[in-house]
Amino acid sequence: MSAERVERIREYLEAALAPQQLEVIDESHLHAGHASAGGKGHFRVRVVSGRFSGLGLLQRHRLVYDALSELMEQDIHALAIEARTPEESNRSKESSS
Amino acid sequence: MDLLETLKQQIRDNPVIIYMKGTPELPMCGFSQRAAQAMMDTGVEFAYVNVLQNPRIMEELPKVADWPTFPQIYIDGELVGGCDIVLELHAQGELKPMMEQAVAKAKEAKEKEQAGDDASSS
Repeated sequence: MSAERVERIREYLEAALAPQQLEVIDESHLHAGHASAGGKGHFRVRVVSGRFSGLGLLQRHRLVYDALSELMEQDIHALAIEARTPEESNRSKESSS
Repeated sequence: MDLLETLKQQIRDNPVIIYMKGTPELPMCGFSQRAAQAMMDTGVEFAYVNVLQNPRIMEELPKVADWPTFPQIYIDGELVGGCDIVLELHAQGELKPMMEQAVAKAKEAKEKEQAGDDASSS
């Protein structure tokens, strides 16, 4: 079920944001026993997309939430978002090497 | 006044406010905990609302700024974001000045209002 959810999140994000890089990580196991989650999952997404260019963090996160709005009801309890433009992504790679 | 209007008023009245699960001292969710911790690290005062204690707020607040999750942090009447954004702003050193400016602005507005009252009563 969890792998299916990751796959579904991936599909929706690819369709909406045409990301250059996309990572969807299921972190539900970190929150086992978290009663209020109601069977929904905790996920982290790392998205690198040109769509984020010129947008502030708030607008970027909105794009991600909008892309996944259908899944927020059933599948996603919590979502950690890292949203970068290709330029920012390259820059952080250079500085860490 | 309905709840939605009350919430908007509350956001206008408090220069910095976080709607979170639990309290800063006793957070009930990791995201709320990390966001509140970053805000406490700044040393700037802020208001908080525990949405777990009021399920109707939990239901209504997402409509205020069209934001689906908690915590939600508002500074100077505007949604700043959730946990990730606040942590990123804090890491970049931007959170503290944003909070300080909002608190200073609210204080100034209040003083102006009081000065106006004094003038009219004398």
